[in-house]
Amino acid sequence: MAGLAGRPDGERTTVSAPAIAPAPDRPHRPSDRQRAFAERTLGTVQRRRIVNAVMLSLLFLAAIAATLPLLFILFHLMRLGITSLTPAFFTKMPRPVGEAGGGMANAIVGTLILIGAASAIGLPIGVGAGLYLAERRGARLANAVRYLSDVLNGLPSIVMGIFAWQFLVRPVGHFSALAGAVALGAMMIPMLTRTTEEMVRLVPVALREAALALGYSKWRTSLTIVVRTAGPGIVTGALVAMARIAGETAPLLFTVLGNQFWSVSLAEPIAALPLQIFEYAKSPYEEWHALAWAGALVLISLILVIGVAARFATRQRFGAHGD
Amino acid sequence: MSAASAGPQRSQVLATPKAAVGQTHPGTITADDFSFWYGKVQALHKVSLLIPPRSVTALVGPSGCGKSTFLRSINRLNDVIPGVRTDGLLLLDNTDIYASRVDVVALRQRVGMVFQRWNPFPKSIYDNVAYGPRINGTRDGATLDEIVEQSLRRAALWDEAKDRLRASALTLSGGQQQRLCIARALANNPEVLLLDEPASALDPIATQRVEELLYELKAELTIVIVTHNLQQAARVSNHAAFFYLGHLVEAGITEQLFTSPREQRTEAYLTGRFG
Repeated sequence: MAGLAGRPDGERTTVSAPAIAPAPDRPHRPSDRQRAFAERTLGTVQRRRIVNAVMLSLLFLAAIAATLPLLFILFHLMRLGITSLTPAFFTKMPRPVGEAGGGMANAIVGTLILIGAASAIGLPIGVGAGLYLAERRGARLANAVRYLSDVLNGLPSIVMGIFAWQFLVRPVGHFSALAGAVALGAMMIPMLTRTTEEMVRLVPVALREAALALGYSKWRTSLTIVVRTAGPGIVTGALVAMARIAGETAPLLFTVLGNQFWSVSLAEPIAALPLQIFEYAKSPYEEWHALAWAGALVLISLILVIGVAARFATRQRFGAHGD
Repeated sequence: MSAASAGPQRSQVLATPKAAVGQTHPGTITADDFSFWYGKVQALHKVSLLIPPRSVTALVGPSGCGKSTFLRSINRLNDVIPGVRTDGLLLLDNTDIYASRVDVVALRQRVGMVFQRWNPFPKSIYDNVAYGPRINGTRDGATLDEIVEQSLRRAALWDEAKDRLRASALTLSGGQQQRLCIARALANNPEVLLLDEPASALDPIATQRVEELLYELKAELTIVIVTHNLQQAARVSNHAAFFYLGHLVEAGITEQLFTSPREQRTEAYLTGRFG
């Protein structure tokens, strides 16, 4: 580097410039080799274009196929269930076989109660555990909890039902809504733990440090800044978890049992949409089948509504237009 | 306030911290053989330094020299990192910062901090500034209004922000956001303000505004600034300390340190031979 400046000018006089520039009197004409190369590459370009188009259409088909089951189910449910979806379906109780009319008012309310009670159990534990995992990233306990909640997340729901039956139904001597809520709440916990942890991890360290530097204690920083910033994500996770347990049937079979009558007590067996659908669908009666379809339609609508709410929650970020 | 006339213009205070203990003005930071470890890695080796109040002290040195570690030791923000360990003394007004009975939360309210990358909370401008006072128990709306206005004025942001206090802080420009962070730190009414390369991500005009701000703020605060920019250190600071490989090499009045450094390593760094 330093040598360059010291070199006398005379040494670097004519750098073979004329050899590089084409002779002005001779127009540029590609050689045979150049022409062959151009043809070859043109062929590859065309082939690439075709391959690209094929792959893109395959991906497009896959994307369409991914939504097909839902669209098909919705269409099918609409076709079979919409006729039974009268106001009476939402307000009336189930009627005995042979009597016309009747609804699933008790099952709809029962499902809402179950979701509420399960959330009351699952939300605080799940979010709290998620916060712990995020704050104590590398701790041995955190690693163990993270692994176990992944396992729990994959646990078949029927196993959760048997577990709840063993510990909450058998000792008490009868089925109850509470046992079902515990089973569903336990299913929510691992989902919430992992979403909360992921969301909190996305909160920039700079924000956390800013709060600490202003004299916020650690837990307070967690609860205000971190949860506030990660809030929309956590809310989304919570809604998704609710949507997932809303349709669970297997754990309810062992715990909630179902109820043909009106009951809102947590200590009693309670009706639930998935159970009612299950009961009606396996019955031999046509009108019950129709009601089962309508029940399925209501259940899926409920889940869709929760899903839309989740979308809305993610969009409600304060000052999202910055940066 | 009578102490204001006896401004810290003596260079020897930096050299002999032990002698100064017990007769300092409020807001004095004293390090005496202060060492710092991240796990097994020693980041600071027996640093002895006196940082006088009502002046700007610049910590300079190449990357990884420990200047940021030293800065973050003053408000114990390093505590968040697992496995850190300290030795020696670090005093704020004769109080041992690392004594076990020290309330870290109270300490951080006395020692404000501004970071390299501005980090306003995703809240309104008003809420950002009111964040600190609220945790201190100030709930009264009128008092909060007053603190917010005063802090924004001190950070020279009031005129730009007064009509949009309820707007998101993230709608401000980078330089404004950094001044908002200074206002947020000032709202706690700290005695010490730590700045970790506050202008390194700002454009020249915004940098100039922040530097002017420091010039005004040093009348009432102890300001410690870490900077990579030697010109900036020369412009804004009264005192400067040169760190190298975790050692404090030299400290003194900025002018003297920059024009006639005693240590060869200081001179080599200042003239751009390394770093």
